[in-house]
Amino acid sequence: MMDERRIVRILLTTLALGFLGLFLVVPLVLVFAQAFSAGLGAYVAAIAQPDALSAIRLSLIVALITVPLNTIFGLAAGWSIGKFDFRGKGLLVTLIELPVAVSPVVSGLVFVLLFGAQGLAGGWLAARGIEVIFAVPGIVLATTFVTFPYVARELIAFMQSQGNEAEEAALVLGAGGVQTFLRVTLPNIKWSLLYGVIQANARTLGEFGAVSVVSGHIRGETNTIPLHVEILYNEYSFAAAFSVASLLVVVALLTLAAKRAVGWRAARRRAAAERAAIHRETGWADRPSARTSSLPGGRPAAKVTTVEV
Amino acid sequence: MLTKLALPLLVLAAAAAIAALILWDPQRTSSSGSGPGSDLAATANSPAPGRTGNGGGAELPAAGGPVEILNASYDPTREFYQDYNAAFAAYWREKTGQTVTVKQSHGGSGKQARAVIDGLEADVVTLALAYDIDALRKQGLVAEGWQERLPYRSSPYTSTIVFLVRKGNPKGITDWDDLVRPDVEVVTPNPKTSGGARWNYLAAWGYALKSSNGDEGAARDFVTRLYRNVPVLDSGARGSTTTFVERGIGDVLLAWENEAYLVLKELGEGGFEIVTPSTSILAEPPVAVVDKVVDARGTRAVAEAYLQYLYSEEGQEIAARHYYRPRLAAVAARHRGEFPDIRLFTVDDVFGGWEKAQQTHFADGGVFDHVYAPGK
Repeated sequence: MMDERRIVRILLTTLALGFLGLFLVVPLVLVFAQAFSAGLGAYVAAIAQPDALSAIRLSLIVALITVPLNTIFGLAAGWSIGKFDFRGKGLLVTLIELPVAVSPVVSGLVFVLLFGAQGLAGGWLAARGIEVIFAVPGIVLATTFVTFPYVARELIAFMQSQGNEAEEAALVLGAGGVQTFLRVTLPNIKWSLLYGVIQANARTLGEFGAVSVVSGHIRGETNTIPLHVEILYNEYSFAAAFSVASLLVVVALLTLAAKRAVGWRAARRRAAAERAAIHRETGWADRPSARTSSLPGGRPAAKVTTVEV
Repeated sequence: MLTKLALPLLVLAAAAAIAALILWDPQRTSSSGSGPGSDLAATANSPAPGRTGNGGGAELPAAGGPVEILNASYDPTREFYQDYNAAFAAYWREKTGQTVTVKQSHGGSGKQARAVIDGLEADVVTLALAYDIDALRKQGLVAEGWQERLPYRSSPYTSTIVFLVRKGNPKGITDWDDLVRPDVEVVTPNPKTSGGARWNYLAAWGYALKSSNGDEGAARDFVTRLYRNVPVLDSGARGSTTTFVERGIGDVLLAWENEAYLVLKELGEGGFEIVTPSTSILAEPPVAVVDKVVDARGTRAVAEAYLQYLYSEEGQEIAARHYYRPRLAAVAARHRGEFPDIRLFTVDDVFGGWEKAQQTHFADGGVFDHVYAPGK
């Protein structure tokens, strides 16, 4: 009996590992194999090439604008949806999910329809010499749209499960809105926020479809890293294409590592919070006084107690 | 204490590194001659600011500030314009003292025209067929009569459609008739989206028309049989080449002559060979200055010179080196051996011009929609 179960377990594990190896590990290894196929010098040259550097630079600029924007948006969405009840809440949650459901090509075309020369706002923008589509603003817009849900999704789920008790207690004890947010809510959601940010960042750097539509593909100017990879590949520069692509793989691996670390911390934090809760229930009252007595000079400990909420 | 500081310090260091990378403009620090094959190589000192900010009002600055223009082109011209841009930049600096950076954008010809219509600020377009530049004219971006502004109806170089087959030509393909054999798989892109694919289609149609003494029904039947042999329609010429070369699909690739030669050069002559059909189409990829853009940016002088220089001996020589058939007799004579004699017919001869060919064959509900029935 025992043996049969073991066999099944081994079989399933082998199957899962084999599948992972075939579809994840082998392709990743191949990326690096191709990247270094022309030697280390060629690898460095491909990345140090001006067009490649400009693509890296553009991708970083986009991430630096997009990720903070989506963090703020995600916080607002998570806060309002997780902590309050209002009409249309369900609709708002659905709408936030929309960018994940829509094909990136459509996401890109929407902005061409809005801001393109033939688009709704196109004439107005052109008259003022403002470039949106086929320039950096368009790429930022499209990327922001596509990566909208990542932080929000993470926070909505977490904040909903958390409830309002801590915030209500803070408010009762006389903390203002900002203070409550900074000292109560933010420390609580810190790790799930970070988790969402990491995901949004990974998607931002890797986004291809929507950006491809609004980029205009100007070399050294409006190509992000993924677009530059495609161009190199189409120019038969396979080794160079995979050299630049390996940067994206490194980002992916870093993302995975960061997600693991953050996930672990979040779990540890939850456990700590639970321990603290138990501690509060049992020995809350005598803790500050115990501290006071150990302090030399016998300074009043009144200040210390107010900090703990 | 130290461990507490470690994380913020690390974050700060990372932020500083990212900021440095962003503020540091790679184009400014690239030295000329570095990065072989870089289209920016000849423009080392260009500060490369945003494309809107520069060149303002510079009609023909004697030794004015650096200027930047954008060339929106189709797929197979990448390598050619990379070389040509460097040559033109050198010529322009010698002539005017001005540094010019030519930026490139490549994609399917129709897609590029669409992008310019949607606001891509291209100073010049160098596309696969006149129809796509006519689309710009209809939107008021390019002036009426653009095709008469440069010699040879604004086509500085020509090409034709040839066959690329696998080494040793295992299916024994020699001419168009072999492409409709049931045992032959043909790779060609979608004529709805690809300029090159339209040339392919019209070449086949023209051949069938000529070999049946002008029988439209026979031509239609021939093309229908040909497209029945197409396993996959890519959206652009480069995509089809990759399908044929990298994925190993199909027995014959219908390709631009220059693209076919490029495959031989880039991927070694070991795997493929070129078959030249008895008759093919004279492909005339046109070029034009986008009037609306150059007038707004003040780049007309340099944009016009850029296109005119394509007709110069050096421009023609670079085109020929990239397997475009040159117009200039002297250059053509030098490269005679590389371009086999084919009986070539033009779109105007056989189809009465692009406008008409487009309406009849490629418009929605046109002949191609009836000819190509996927899944059959």
